[in-house]
Amino acid sequence: MSDEQKPVTNIKTPMRLEYRYSAGIATSRFLHGIAQGKILGQRCPSCKKVYVPPRGSCPRCAVATEEEVELSDKGTITTYAVVRVPSENIDVPLPFASVHVLLDGADLPMFSVVQECPLEKIRMGMRVQAVWVPKEQLGPTLQSIRYFKPIDEPDVPADQLRETV
Amino acid sequence: MSETVSDEGGILTAPHVLEYPYRRSVGPVLGRFFTELRAGKLVGVRTQQGRVLVPPQEYDPETGAATTSDFVEVGPGGIVTTWSWVTKPRAKQPLAHSFAWALVKLDGADTAMLHAVDAGDIARMRTGMRVRPRWRAERVGHIHDIECFEPEAAR
Repeated sequence: MSDEQKPVTNIKTPMRLEYRYSAGIATSRFLHGIAQGKILGQRCPSCKKVYVPPRGSCPRCAVATEEEVELSDKGTITTYAVVRVPSENIDVPLPFASVHVLLDGADLPMFSVVQECPLEKIRMGMRVQAVWVPKEQLGPTLQSIRYFKPIDEPDVPADQLRETV
Repeated sequence: MSETVSDEGGILTAPHVLEYPYRRSVGPVLGRFFTELRAGKLVGVRTQQGRVLVPPQEYDPETGAATTSDFVEVGPGGIVTTWSWVTKPRAKQPLAHSFAWALVKLDGADTAMLHAVDAGDIARMRTGMRVRPRWRAERVGHIHDIECFEPEAAR
């Protein structure tokens, strides 16, 4: 090895954990719905809140949730973050905005990204809609929703989002 | 859809990999160790009491005092001070077949360092056995520049 090489100042020390994740009953039903282009939530029988993706129980009331509710693929941004720092595991071009979207009819926001929108225009209360992959590519994965894009509807006032932020 | 997703009675399961691609700063003392490894050499550092620590450390773990700037070439051979046999190695371990994790005290060192020993068979492993490094041809300045240690008697 040549002596002109620079001294070593850092080393790669990757960590890797390999799991097999089971989605369970409620989230599997949700994912099968996604594969058909539908977004299914579940309503708590006690507090009536609608959860999406559903986990089969209400974390507030600690009761099982069974009633299925089909939700719109339109929603409202409740909060967002602009990602500017690269990471080996992110394949979306930087910078991009990750967002929480409260789907119409839901009481819990979902995590996604926003595109087709200048970053400086993104704001709480902004109305967005899911952009799906082509029908023949739909599958039981959240990757079936490519991203959310802005739609021409008036903003939802921040006060109405208070409970979900 | 990925064929690795499976559906049993409507319940979906899929592989989930959690990976942190860390890069760690090593500082001047371990930095020297890795730089020398890249050149195919093993070095330790001398403590104020005169002991040689391998891998070198910035502080003497016995006294807490800073170590000296005296780097000492050690090895390449050494002895196994303790070991544990791995029957079925996992994907990212140094060897694909059974091997031993061992503490190796290199010639001229006062401390032992952890590495893999490729003994082929557990029957060949014993405390006190002499081993030497098997170097990689392409070295980058990482502990894996030594593929593993192997019994000196092998050749």
